Amino acid sequence: MSRWPFRLSRRKFLRSTALGATAAAGFLHAPAILRAQSAAAKIGVLHPVSGALSYSGQQGRLGATIAIDDINAAGGIKALGGAKFDPMLGDAQSTPDGGNAEVEKMNAAGVCAIVGGYASAICLAASQTAARYDLPYVVDVGVVDSIVTRGLKNTFRFGPGFGVIAKTALDNLVAINDQAGKPAKTVMIVHEDSAFGAGLAKLLNTQLPDRGFQVLETVPHPTPTREFENVVLKIKAQNPDLVIPANYYNEYVLLARTMQQQRVRPKGIYSVLGGAASSYKFVKEFPEAAQYIMDCNHWFDPKNPKAMDLKKRVEDKGQFYTYEVYMNYSCILLLADAIGRAGGTDRAKITDALAGSTFSGHLMPYGPTKFIDGQNQGAAPVNTQVLANDIQVILPAQFASARPVFPIPPA
Amino acid sequence: MLSPVILVPAVINGLMAGAVYALVALGLTLIYGVLHIINFAHGALLTAAMFAAFFAFTLFGIDPYLTAIVLTPLFFGTGYALQRFIIGPAAHGEDRGFLLVTLGLAVVIENTLLYFFRADTRTINLPYAFDVIEIGPAFVAVPRVIAFAAVIAVAIGLWAFMHWTDTGKAIRAVAKEKLGAELCGINVAHIYGVTFGVGAACVAIAACLLIPTYYVNPTAGEAFVLIAFTIVVLGGMGSIPGALLGGLCVGVVESVSSIFLGQSLGQIGIFIMFIAVLLARPSGLFGARL
Repeated sequence: MSRWPFRLSRRKFLRSTALGATAAAGFLHAPAILRAQSAAAKIGVLHPVSGALSYSGQQGRLGATIAIDDINAAGGIKALGGAKFDPMLGDAQSTPDGGNAEVEKMNAAGVCAIVGGYASAICLAASQTAARYDLPYVVDVGVVDSIVTRGLKNTFRFGPGFGVIAKTALDNLVAINDQAGKPAKTVMIVHEDSAFGAGLAKLLNTQLPDRGFQVLETVPHPTPTREFENVVLKIKAQNPDLVIPANYYNEYVLLARTMQQQRVRPKGIYSVLGGAASSYKFVKEFPEAAQYIMDCNHWFDPKNPKAMDLKKRVEDKGQFYTYEVYMNYSCILLLADAIGRAGGTDRAKITDALAGSTFSGHLMPYGPTKFIDGQNQGAAPVNTQVLANDIQVILPAQFASARPVFPIPPA
Repeated sequence: MLSPVILVPAVINGLMAGAVYALVALGLTLIYGVLHIINFAHGALLTAAMFAAFFAFTLFGIDPYLTAIVLTPLFFGTGYALQRFIIGPAAHGEDRGFLLVTLGLAVVIENTLLYFFRADTRTINLPYAFDVIEIGPAFVAVPRVIAFAAVIAVAIGLWAFMHWTDTGKAIRAVAKEKLGAELCGINVAHIYGVTFGVGAACVAIAACLLIPTYYVNPTAGEAFVLIAFTIVVLGGMGSIPGALLGGLCVGVVESVSSIFLGQSLGQIGIFIMFIAVLLARPSGLFGARL
């Protein structure tokens, strides 16, 4: 029954064909408009702003729209004679089907590129659909490696993928553990059961034993889940040194709060892309549950004044500066740069411009952009830890603002 | 794995969750036992009540447990009106009519909710939602204990109502022998309405007990109704003690099997038990007494 909204009703059909006809008519007249004024660059901004992932989706949309407003306010895309961005906001409704439907609409409306997707499953589906129309697609977050290994020419991922994240996370985990005198030997993984969580769990299960950790148990759960008591009971029974959660925001918070409630205190909670582990919202709302949680995740460059300025502006709006915000902000800047170098809104030219991008004006600690097979080579995560109601970077050393506290001191 | 440190809390958690299942099933079993209507709109009513409790909290800051005081009579009235003016007249007393009308109602309610509130999953944050009470080795969340106590109280109250009040006796009379009851001067259409109203009121209470620890979206009720149907068959169609015990059993089975089989597969245990009961005792644990 929940699929009904996606079904095409007679009215929707009429509306979309009417839109399509208008768009087509507009397209035919485009040269005339181009001569008259600098045309707007129509781009698709796709996020799951409703459904289970709505919070992350809304944060992503926030980052993208701030970037678009910034570019437009500063005089648009200079290389196109000050053409303004005209965003078409799409809601993937937290499902791959929803993402596909929006890509179809965006294509019909004549966008020149799409940014977003957020969840891996949505990115996989939406970029594939976009590929059918040779529509450039910039993945904002989606970390599953197959997003960029399918040979799709239109798909570019600005952020790091699983492989790099997992490797960094494991290297850093070993470093932190060694530094503390190797107190952690056993691990339990709690993951959500879609592409992201299950993929990560599989990866960890193969890699952790090679690095001297024993995986006691791997517990999957669906999204959404509103009850973690039994999962926490299992953790209590296994009594692992480390708990590694891999899930989205709501479930992450619930798991951490349930562990606190059931007084389960492992030596460390170490997440890889923890949905909430490095979220200011979580730290502010539940400081006790969040304390000492470590995360290997997307993080802005704290030494970049633009990143700090955006942080202040987002917080002044009463919003939280989560990774979705600065990842999407950076992706829009990246796309604006590519459109500028492409010299117009031709899809193939934008794709080529993205492929050859050396853009470095973003907010992330990645260095200049360099895409190989659609993956940005400099992209890497950092390690953070919640300490004294704030989020500190603990690794890599050149960005670190605090030393890791591990194992967690007794209560 | 079988250590009491795990098993005892798992069983207690199961009992707490099962109590709410039982309350949803109570409404369903009553409507089935008396009206012989398989109420497909039960889940949609539950979702609607959850939305009501959700918005009472987010918009007006009213605690869900206080909302129950208003919502219970409101849903009783709604249920009464639905049966008296929509389901009853539209179904023409035919089983398949009831089936289609309640199914239609479910579609209308769910899609109205979807239209107004989108597919978003929403939760509320009560300040005491994560407070715990220690029961032996288990730390049980306060809202679950409240829910458990409330369900037991409602079940006892409902049982007393059915056995000792004139209306309750009339309901039982209609359930046993409709024509005879009518000949004795019982207003059958009114009793049908009352029964449906009581069923809807149960759902309203269940929603207020659920919302502190659960989420709501336009299809949130469906999960509970599938389980509630199982409980009704398990406990015996129309039996109040059957629904209560069946609910508690299902809660424990789900909780314990989710420990062994994992969160995603936990419900398999329920349906294995269900099939086993159907094979061994088709009339359910408590037969079809009322």
